Amino acid sequence: MAELYEGFTLCGLAAGQSRENSGILGIEPGRDADHVIVTGAGSTVTVYKVSDQKPLGSWAAKQGQAVTCPAVLHGQTGEYVAVHDRNVLRIWRDEDINFEKVFKATLSAAVSRIHALPSSEPLVLFQRGAVRQLDALLAAPQQAVEEVLSEEEVIRWSSCFLEAEQPLLLFSTEKSGECFLYLQKLNPDVLHKYNIGSEGKGVCPIGFTATLENKCITLLCLYSSGCVYKLLVSLHPSAEGEQHLPKSLLLKLPVSEGVLHRAAIASLEEGHIAIVGAPHSASTGDTDFLCIWNTNFQTLQASKKLAGGTYGQLWCNAGKLYVTHGKVLTVLPYRCEKSSLAAALGKLKQTSTQEVTSSPSVLNWNSFPHEEAALEQKTGMRTRNSKWNLKIQATLATSINQVLEDIKGVSREEVEEVLEPFLSCSPVSPQFQLGLADIAVELLKRCQADPGFYPQSVLARLTQTGRLSHSSCPGFLMLVLEKRDYFLAQLCLQHFPDIPEAVTCACLKAFLSVADADLVRVSVDLEGVSLMDGPGQSLEGVQNGFSPVLLEEDSCDVQLTSPKLDQSSSWTDVSLTCPVGLKKSALLNEIIQSSYSESFLLPHLKDLSAQQIILFLQYLQYLYVRSSGDVYTQLPGLRAPTITQITDWISLLLDAHFAVLVMAPEAKGLLAQLHRFVRSQVRLYSELGKIQGTLQELSKIKQAQEIGLYSIEVIELL
Amino acid sequence: MGEFKVHRVRFFDYMPSGIRCMAFNRKADRLALARLNGSVEIFNFSNNYFQEKVIPGSDSRSIEAICWVGCDRLFTAGLNGEVVEYDLERLCPKYTLDAFGGPIWTAACNSAETHFAFGCEDGSVKLFEILPDKIQFERNLDRQKGRILSLSWHKSGTLIAAGSLDVIRVFDVKSGHSVQRILVDRGPAGTRNKDCVVWNVAFLSDYTIVSGDSAGKVQLWDANKGTLIKTHLVSKWDVLSLSVSENEDSIVAGTSEGTVIQFQLLSPTIGDAETQWIRTRTFKHHTHDVRAVTETKTSVVSGGLDTQLVICPLMDKVEVKSSESVLRKVIFPHRSLVSCAKKPSLLLFQFPDQLELWRLGGTDTVGKPGESLPVTRKPEKLLQLKRKGDDHICCSTISECGHWIAYSTVSSIRLYQIQCDNNNISISKVSKLPKVLRSAHQLQFSADSSKLFVASEQATIHVISLSRSECKHVHTFKPKSGSSAPVHLLAASADGQWLTSANRHCEINVYNLKKLKHHCMVPVYNSLPSAMAIHPETNNLLMAHADQQVFEFSIVDKQYTDWSRKLQKEGLHRCRSKWHTPITHITFNPSAPSQVMLHDTHMFCIIDQSLPLVDLKAQFYSRLTPKDMSETDRPSKNNAFKMCKKYQPLLHVNLLEDDWLVVVERPLIDIHSQLPAPVRQKKFGT
Repeated sequence: MAELYEGFTLCGLAAGQSRENSGILGIEPGRDADHVIVTGAGSTVTVYKVSDQKPLGSWAAKQGQAVTCPAVLHGQTGEYVAVHDRNVLRIWRDEDINFEKVFKATLSAAVSRIHALPSSEPLVLFQRGAVRQLDALLAAPQQAVEEVLSEEEVIRWSSCFLEAEQPLLLFSTEKSGECFLYLQKLNPDVLHKYNIGSEGKGVCPIGFTATLENKCITLLCLYSSGCVYKLLVSLHPSAEGEQHLPKSLLLKLPVSEGVLHRAAIASLEEGHIAIVGAPHSASTGDTDFLCIWNTNFQTLQASKKLAGGTYGQLWCNAGKLYVTHGKVLTVLPYRCEKSSLAAALGKLKQTSTQEVTSSPSVLNWNSFPHEEAALEQKTGMRTRNSKWNLKIQATLATSINQVLEDIKGVSREEVEEVLEPFLSCSPVSPQFQLGLADIAVELLKRCQADPGFYPQSVLARLTQTGRLSHSSCPGFLMLVLEKRDYFLAQLCLQHFPDIPEAVTCACLKAFLSVADADLVRVSVDLEGVSLMDGPGQSLEGVQNGFSPVLLEEDSCDVQLTSPKLDQSSSWTDVSLTCPVGLKKSALLNEIIQSSYSESFLLPHLKDLSAQQIILFLQYLQYLYVRSSGDVYTQLPGLRAPTITQITDWISLLLDAHFAVLVMAPEAKGLLAQLHRFVRSQVRLYSELGKIQGTLQELSKIKQAQEIGLYSIEVIELL
Repeated sequence: MGEFKVHRVRFFDYMPSGIRCMAFNRKADRLALARLNGSVEIFNFSNNYFQEKVIPGSDSRSIEAICWVGCDRLFTAGLNGEVVEYDLERLCPKYTLDAFGGPIWTAACNSAETHFAFGCEDGSVKLFEILPDKIQFERNLDRQKGRILSLSWHKSGTLIAAGSLDVIRVFDVKSGHSVQRILVDRGPAGTRNKDCVVWNVAFLSDYTIVSGDSAGKVQLWDANKGTLIKTHLVSKWDVLSLSVSENEDSIVAGTSEGTVIQFQLLSPTIGDAETQWIRTRTFKHHTHDVRAVTETKTSVVSGGLDTQLVICPLMDKVEVKSSESVLRKVIFPHRSLVSCAKKPSLLLFQFPDQLELWRLGGTDTVGKPGESLPVTRKPEKLLQLKRKGDDHICCSTISECGHWIAYSTVSSIRLYQIQCDNNNISISKVSKLPKVLRSAHQLQFSADSSKLFVASEQATIHVISLSRSECKHVHTFKPKSGSSAPVHLLAASADGQWLTSANRHCEINVYNLKKLKHHCMVPVYNSLPSAMAIHPETNNLLMAHADQQVFEFSIVDKQYTDWSRKLQKEGLHRCRSKWHTPITHITFNPSAPSQVMLHDTHMFCIIDQSLPLVDLKAQFYSRLTPKDMSETDRPSKNNAFKMCKKYQPLLHVNLLEDDWLVVVERPLIDIHSQLPAPVRQKKFGT
């Protein structure tokens, strides 16, 4: 989610500006991210330290002279370069005070812009389209400058890039309503011309922004109609001569009345753009907004009303947006996060664009639509299968509807009867998946409406198809918990890929609070605990001759506790028994292995009671001690929690309930024990680290050849 | 080219001898160095630290002190009680003289170089007068109790400081009386019952005496008052060597721990006129006793029991970054101790006291580069030949066919004929050698094994013709220049027409063996040749010099070849210039004569003369950034240079037939393992 932070005023605008002209010519980056060079049309160049909102230096041309292009900083020499009166070049340094006395060179042609590059010579773009590097220009200021553009063709916008040490200049021109784009490469000089094409009568591009990525320039162009188009300019165009550039619509702003006049666009990172001077919703139509849009999802991310009206000027530098409005130049820091689905579900969904592809209505997290298509193609190649498949396809839609009709109002047994043939054929198609979800939702509704109705076996069959997900039948798992059907709950935890953390937590809570006696009659998949000891079985500390106690005693580190205490309460002395029953542990293991996001899980974890936490922590500790001793006995494929999952859960639990654990007297012993074990593990790993270092060094050593007194070798002299 | 099968030989257990003492001659810029086995080596510091001369040792000689007089007179004195002056042209002792004071522990020459003082076991200091062609006993100073272990003259020549057990005495030279007796305190408690041996004294011109003793102290004394000025405890063990720089602003001391410690005369505060001796630097390049240190203008030179000579530059004295600013460790001699008979794959190893003849092993499989092949036939030690007499072997050679072996000491030359059929090996000494052969500086057989060339005194070369029945003196070549400098390199051409000799005056003479006359002299280059060879096909002479330059000289045309000029223009391989050991051997690939192989201690390289050198320029000079420079370590295929640094340190590399290479390695760890345990070993974490 992109955000606009609270802005602040960098400077006021010069008095005497009109509604059309803000008086600011340009803002260019200064010597670091915190410095900018503000060039005002009032012939002043001011360097600001942005965070202090303070001007560091200011230079003004004398009366009658006008600075005609934004001053830039020559990155290599630290000098400022500006042009006044169209063709007089000025170069000065921070310490120069009098602008009149600084270096001056009169050029033979009028300059449009100077572009600074961080590690290269600045580029000078002349009004007639020629481009020169500054050093080449300074060598002979009066050199003839060719005319690239035709008569009446005016440069509207320009930008430069550095690709593989090679400077590039991109600029757009306009000639009687037609727009062109030029890509000028230097060393060697190559000029490419593109026709952007117009967008209907009276609609013209009013704002440009370009970024260079993967050897391709992405040009975003804001039209007066409110459309933002994306144009891809290849750095290595194949064809010669003027080319037409295809453009794709990225965003259509809701421009209610007529056309935009003063608007600007700036591309931010991660598929975000900032637009000033355009309305963000059709209802208001107010143009005095600065908005950040996500172009991937066409969503509005942030907006800010700018007081006093905008001028359609926007600059972006080092994570800050500079915008003129009213009588001030405001700096607005922003932040863009990487586009994710969650971030894209922003404040407002764009509905007017047709270009948005409709997302698949079934959330199938395991397979992508195109995969299924490929699968279908594959099956389609086999004639026999395809026939069958087609038949299924045709009948599926009707059969699902039929099944849905059939299961309405019938008893449990009948539901089983109806669904049995349907479930026994399990073709791969989105319709089938959709159908399953519909059936599950239907059954769910009935279960909720009729407390006596609970077709467990059907629900289990449905779950076991692996095609249900939590999002396709929300409330399923909660119902199962309500019914205390732990068998089905385990199945759901195993098969649902998208259980929300709240539900996971509810499951955990239910599992922890259930008495072992209640689980006796419940059949639970015990695969995950097949290697676990049964309850009451104590754990031996020595495995393959490794005893962490020894490590604790022989450690070369300074012993933190007195040896006496250590011996009496070494963790192996406390016979570690599994605090929960076998079936319960199988259920808890499912929880531990389920996927979750920490930040979403933490608040729900807080709902657990102290007793539950301690029990769970005990169990986790048991698992931890158990699995750290059994590192090599863990078999792949078995559904047993990994040590990483266990430690993650322990730290989550400690995070969530730190205060509770500190206060609870019964947790004290547990925590102390856990600490001791963790400490011994840390020592073990630090010892392992040493061994690793040694082994690494050993493997680095080139095997010294044992050369006897005499050997015969073959060499090649190169 | 490029793929070779390599005999990797590590069974040459050459063991350099430890360094006992050294003397630096500032005028000649040469360092004389005496080893424990009695050999003396002279290093030319102005010529890339090249080991210029080696005087082989002798079993009867043990050297404790070495001293230069003038530019070219070298004296040693030792525990056999004799003083030896050396003939630096014949590379042997000129005369020996008994000092009649028992073993001599120390020797010192006064600054005027008119007198020698020797410190003897019987406690006497003997003064000898230095005459132009000999030295003559003059008188004894007052005899004292206890052996004299160290001596130093005052610059004025009127006082001598002598270090003994627990005491330093100052003698008045004129009267011969002891004028000052300074007691040196023994070490810390627990060692008080042990004598404090004053291993070293140095008399400074301001009448300060510096002493280094067995308690690990470097002490400064006032010679006039006999009082202690300052004590620096530098080691837990002995301070074994001490040296004062020429302008007396720096002292270096070597200890048993292998450290060399420098003291400098500095003022403690800036601008203060008062100066004092302050311990400044510690060098740790040795593992064992540092028995000898000396200081040149730009470096500290040290040597000791771990056999290596270390030349450590003082970076504050080095003005330009050049070859002088590199730390050098000289471990192996700058000449080849291995000769190789290519056809029968025999290696002859030269030790000071014996020769070893080995036959290389073999394999019957082939492999890819990088592989190690199974050895199906093991190498075999065919012969171990002990020398006769006290004198150490100075040179040796084996003929190309493997049937002749010759070696020489300073007193005699021996020639052996070897018959080797399958497993039986018989050796017979050639008894009747021509009278003209007395000793040799270098020996070389002709390519067809019919002649032996003996480089002898006065830079003469005797040609001996060999046959089963007799050996006959054929001719004696003399250099046209009349130089008498010893010849240290010989090379004969494969066709038997040419013989070249290089002497220590940098002269390279070419003789015509068919016409038996001097052919020409290669233009004298100012650096000593370190290796040379004649190309088997073109008869061009390839020479490598101590300063790493390589030249090719056409004997027929009597001028440098175009390739040589090109090589000079392009420069040698960039990596070559990183190393500082001289090229000790040049040879050619019998299967591809355009390939020249050169090697030094750290690498060998093969240069293909048929490939263009033009590439080199592009390769080495067009690279501007250091990043690219590293790529030159892996030059492209068509580069004329191929380097190999896999085998180190190298004592010998030779190219045999069928793309076989023989590489004689002597790993430093094997040398270290034969040294006695050092007094102090670096323990991990201390």
